[in-house]
Amino acid sequence: MSDIQIVGAPAGVEGAGFFATSLDKAVGMARANSLWPLPFATSCCGIEFMATMASHYDLSRFGAERLSFSPRQADLLMVMGTIAKKMGPVLRQVYLQMAEPRWVMAVGACASSGGIFDTYSVLQGIDEIIPVDVYVPGCPPRPEAIIDGFMHIQDLVRTESTRRRETPEYQKLLSSYGIQ
Amino acid sequence: MGKITNEELLKNINTRFGDTVTVVAEPFGLLTVETTKEQVNDLLGFLKNSPVLQFIYLTDITAVHYPEQELAIGVVYHLHSLVNNVRIRIKVFIDGENCHIPTATNLWNGANWMERETYDYFGVIFDGHPDLRRILNVDDMTAFPMRKEFPLEDPNRVDKKDYFFGR
Repeated sequence: MSDIQIVGAPAGVEGAGFFATSLDKAVGMARANSLWPLPFATSCCGIEFMATMASHYDLSRFGAERLSFSPRQADLLMVMGTIAKKMGPVLRQVYLQMAEPRWVMAVGACASSGGIFDTYSVLQGIDEIIPVDVYVPGCPPRPEAIIDGFMHIQDLVRTESTRRRETPEYQKLLSSYGIQ
Repeated sequence: MGKITNEELLKNINTRFGDTVTVVAEPFGLLTVETTKEQVNDLLGFLKNSPVLQFIYLTDITAVHYPEQELAIGVVYHLHSLVNNVRIRIKVFIDGENCHIPTATNLWNGANWMERETYDYFGVIFDGHPDLRRILNVDDMTAFPMRKEFPLEDPNRVDKKDYFFGR
């Protein structure tokens, strides 16, 4: 029998017959362990993601076995691979179609900075068009690195205030990308 | 081996066009001739429709930029005679600023995308082309990226700035 790991309760006050914690923590815990990633895989980082998703590395251990190939239901946009400038509007459209709260992970050198493709036809990092939460270095990164990046996303999700998306800082960030 | 030699091929061209088509080189047995933009369409049509030569297959159209030359853009046509198993390369040099050349789409439909690509990268305007717009690059691009004055590296790149490397 394998040991089934269950996520522990968030910090709170416990007593006989009751447990009290803040809504932020409860929601964060639930979200962090049931993220639906949208894999936007364009090249070799996507192959590493396939390994990450498969049984050996098994991303479903982190509650992310349900890949969403529709942006409407996705929580996390994982951009893996070189994004050509012609692909930029497509990626942006996918991001706009995602519902809040949404997170973005740039996997690999190309998605983070353009990588070796320092040229006229390639976007020099997806953060030119959409905000990015976590960057994963590597060319391509190993599945361990992708999992590490995913766990950082989980940390962000777990600790995010439920009101963060309404804050002026967040609105300012979005408007700096010309969104809303 | 080809069924006709380069000498025979050149003789065929010269009887029709005289000295206006000149031989540039013959690297690896590939006959390379140069002509003018006024004559290129006639030459291509002759090579395609000649019952002897039958250069029915247009392999490629591309261009080269030589900024130091007076006629800075060289448009290059590669033709292949599938019947005779022989190839030919035709070069036409045109002005870099005002680069117009007649289209070859009236001879080969396949020239359509090749000319669009050449326009996309070098800004060569193929007069008479049915739909001359960019094909590979983003539509709102203003430059012609394969010209030598275009910077090789993207100016938006931040992680290769000198100060990251103590320069």
